[in-house]
Amino acid sequence: MNFEAVIGLEVHVQIRTASKMFTRVATGYGAPPNTLTDPVVLALPGALPVLNKAALDAIIKTGLMLDCEIASVTRWDRKNYFYPDSPKNYQLSQYDQPVCRGGWVELELPGPSLAVMGEHKRIPLTRIHLEEDVGKLTHEAHDSLIDYNRAGTPLMEIVTEPALRSPEEAFAFLTSLRTSLIYAGISDCDMEKGQMRCDANISIRPVGDTKLGTKVELKNLNSTSYVRDGIAAEIKRQLNVIASGDTLVQETRLYDGETGRSASMRSKEMAHDYRYFPDPDLMPVRIDAEWKARLAAELPERPFNKQRRFIDAHALPYSAASVLIRDRALADFFEETVKLGAKPTAAANWIVNDLLRQLAAANQSVSESKMTPTHIAGLVALLDQSVISSTQAKEVFAEMFASGESAPAVVDRKGLRQSTDANQLEAWCDTAIRNDPKSVEQVRAGNPKAINALKGAVMKISAGKANPKLVDEILKKQLGV
Amino acid sequence: MSAPQDFNIDYLAQLARLALTAEEKAKFAAQLGDVLHHIERLAEVDVTGIEPTAHAFPIENVWQADVARPGLAVADALRNAPTQRENMISVPKVVE
Amino acid sequence: MPPLHFQSLATLAARLERRELSAVELMQALLARTCTVEPRVHAFNSYDEADALAQASASDARRAAGQARGPLDGIPVGLKDVIAVRDQPLTASSKILSNFVSPYDATVTRKLQDAGAVLFGRLNCDEFAMGSSNENSAFGPVANPWDLTRVPGGSSGGSAAALAAGEVVASLGSDTGGSIRQPAALCGLVGLKPTYGLVSRYGLVAYASSLDQIGPFGRTVEDAAILLGAIAGHDELDSTSYHATVPDYRAALSGPAPRRLGIPKEYFGAGLDPGIGAAVEAAVKFYRDRGCEVKEVSLPHTSYCLDAYYVIATAEASSNLARFDGVRYGHRSKAATDAIDLYAKSRAEGFGAEVKRRIILGTYVLSSGYYDAYYLRAQKVRTLIRRDFLRAFEEVDALLTPTSPAPAFKLGEKADPLALYLCDIYTIGVNLAGLPAISVPCGFTNSGLPIGLQLIGQPFKEADLLALAHDYEQAHDWHTRHPNL
Repeated sequence: MNFEAVIGLEVHVQIRTASKMFTRVATGYGAPPNTLTDPVVLALPGALPVLNKAALDAIIKTGLMLDCEIASVTRWDRKNYFYPDSPKNYQLSQYDQPVCRGGWVELELPGPSLAVMGEHKRIPLTRIHLEEDVGKLTHEAHDSLIDYNRAGTPLMEIVTEPALRSPEEAFAFLTSLRTSLIYAGISDCDMEKGQMRCDANISIRPVGDTKLGTKVELKNLNSTSYVRDGIAAEIKRQLNVIASGDTLVQETRLYDGETGRSASMRSKEMAHDYRYFPDPDLMPVRIDAEWKARLAAELPERPFNKQRRFIDAHALPYSAASVLIRDRALADFFEETVKLGAKPTAAANWIVNDLLRQLAAANQSVSESKMTPTHIAGLVALLDQSVISSTQAKEVFAEMFASGESAPAVVDRKGLRQSTDANQLEAWCDTAIRNDPKSVEQVRAGNPKAINALKGAVMKISAGKANPKLVDEILKKQLGV
Repeated sequence: MSAPQDFNIDYLAQLARLALTAEEKAKFAAQLGDVLHHIERLAEVDVTGIEPTAHAFPIENVWQADVARPGLAVADALRNAPTQRENMISVPKVVE
Repeated sequence: MPPLHFQSLATLAARLERRELSAVELMQALLARTCTVEPRVHAFNSYDEADALAQASASDARRAAGQARGPLDGIPVGLKDVIAVRDQPLTASSKILSNFVSPYDATVTRKLQDAGAVLFGRLNCDEFAMGSSNENSAFGPVANPWDLTRVPGGSSGGSAAALAAGEVVASLGSDTGGSIRQPAALCGLVGLKPTYGLVSRYGLVAYASSLDQIGPFGRTVEDAAILLGAIAGHDELDSTSYHATVPDYRAALSGPAPRRLGIPKEYFGAGLDPGIGAAVEAAVKFYRDRGCEVKEVSLPHTSYCLDAYYVIATAEASSNLARFDGVRYGHRSKAATDAIDLYAKSRAEGFGAEVKRRIILGTYVLSSGYYDAYYLRAQKVRTLIRRDFLRAFEEVDALLTPTSPAPAFKLGEKADPLALYLCDIYTIGVNLAGLPAISVPCGFTNSGLPIGLQLIGQPFKEADLLALAHDYEQAHDWHTRHPNL
């Protein structure tokens, strides 16, 4: 029997705000333990929550970007459970009136090669709601230690329908979601810092069945590769259980990325009774059309729309477009360069190949670099006008990257400007022909490659200033071929 | 008067994280049985079409701008901690 | 003139202003009085003599520099031990918080400090404000200064008893189902529960968040008005705080009082002490004689108030009190072996019986399968209760009722929780509807126990209520009588 996997994801994303979800003490990663607390974070007796407007804006923007239905009235509920990382022993969350319902994330599967675009799919979302993060527990030999710095950080929970069918789709989903959220400035989505965390609900069923199989919740998928590998391992485990004639049990399993194995979490098996009820300390939020319109106006173009536009309007190859759109700053850089008159394909090539390589070597982001769209546009223009050769252009690029000098300035300073003076070029060609009768003989005898030696000689005589294209024309004319 | 059949005090005590003694459980179950008997009267009220009241004076859109303000000094944050080390609260080991 | 410790806040403020008296002298007199009576009354959980004298001395210095801050400057005010004061204990009269020292101030604390008040003592109360007799305190019961064998009422029993006994000049309590008004009635004082949202709850240990309000106790209506004026007003740290304008409550006392009064018939049924019934009837007659239009009104859902209250209040409490777990602060069981055990044992050791009962009840009504039948239904009944009041207010400006069905009862007399819950039948509706209400002394029983008259007003019309109560008070001498201690 053939089986298929059915996967739903629950993704927690920390929203990038200056202060916490329900109080104004600062958020932050890596601060000394318990330096980002206040009476609300620590749930001291008498402390009360107050909403962070920026977190609301962020989730509404997310919803608009992912085509969710935005609630006209949303409210806050208490999810009651005891755990040492949860200071109040209830989490402020949203139960039956989340900010966002529905919507979808577009993903792109890998193509047969990097130059060929893979299949696109739309993964429907169930909901997105706001809640607060918990503190951090560290388990030591004899005790557990609690740091509440993370507690109260604004968190979005994005829940998908069980619409994913493979670990690769889950990986692509997260990559796409991450790109979109970074584009809109909602989160940095750094999984290493816990800014994006993922749990997966996984089941298998015979192909053709419409009923869902026994669901296993897999936790601790804390990097995109863990998501892919963890889900793959779980599907394999489930297939093995079925193959050996056993039945699957509904359970929560904790994935260990180091070993690639998962283990059942007994403590979570007990049925939960969260006793949700509306939080009496917080008031509902009404979201009107004007508010939504204001936020919609701030939204960036969606990454895959940008990719389609780059391919259609700028005639970029998929290989370049797909690289450019991964980083909004890079895509913007490209568009600026084009706006300054550079040919799109040329600009894209310089950015995708040379700029990215140099940035990686210098460990810089595009915004940190001295290189600007003006630099690239200048370089492309000089090439177009045959002022420099493509070999010289590489040199100019390296100089610009290092010093921030403009392309014409580098060319002038280094005396790289090519000669297009016909008399001068003809004189150089004459000299080359005179000095190398052997090559001349070979060219005339019908060996077209022999002309390269003459061209090399011209370049040498001219100290690289001769325009190679014109030299080629003149040599051919003088040799009568 | 005893508690209604579905009033499972063992379950509730466990849910509320209260290690009640057997005597407490028996006593509370009986006392709360009386109270619940009284409360059951709510079922008599016709609430068809009535919206619930969470707050006497519903107001909406109460929030603050996202501007960080100083919080508690670590010493104040941990001032009442029963046990602490390395500026963190220490608890008996949590088994996951 | 009565002895210093029984003089009103307004009188003492005037004397401080005239420099007849210094804040330090006043504080010393109260400390001396407290030493004498406190062993019998037990209104305080703790007090810090040196700190109180330092605050008084600072007040005197301000006054000497011509920077006195108004009528509260130098006035010792006691706070119920559920209101946070930085560097002072905050116990909620619970063993679970017996060693807790607050690292922050409640908003009302700040406001009183800004007004120059001397914050004196942590006043005893029922544990986590759950009770009507102050017998649920982990630190022992409070005695009623009028009869030391009787309860002062609750849950703000210490706030009432300390004032009645002459240990403080005024005090703050909190009122979730009658916890200010009922002890005020039982101790012969004025107690006001403000409209929900008028006074910030930031820094008030939460019992039932949608019902809790902080309010003043005073010897006179004027004293309550002064204190209310100092603590009222919008606070951005409390999301349920209302953007209401705070009028000059003291000035409003001499303004026009409402003239249309309603007598809710459901508040005069079986169970009302005849002596109290008669005293309230006499008050009704007073207002009628003053030319007020008095008519009978009906609040048909009154009999369900207690039920809705015990569902909503315990549900909220079960969640509000989850934070007391022995992890970050408070009592931690030494018997615990793991983190889960730590919770159950710390909470079992730290909470008293009434708190445990209410947590269990609240957990039950919220638990899976019961939410709709209890919590949701109670909130809908709450809507009906609120509508009853608002409908009555279409015809009348204020309602007049007894505060408590019975006068102070004997300590230990009511062992059955339900019997105690019934003490609040006249006060609970006001909290469910979020309305303001005041209890003002309106006589004494044959055995000499104080009786309270409750006036219930329209939302944010505290000034009307105060004027109405002031009118009554000034025509009687109940407030001039003091217990013999």
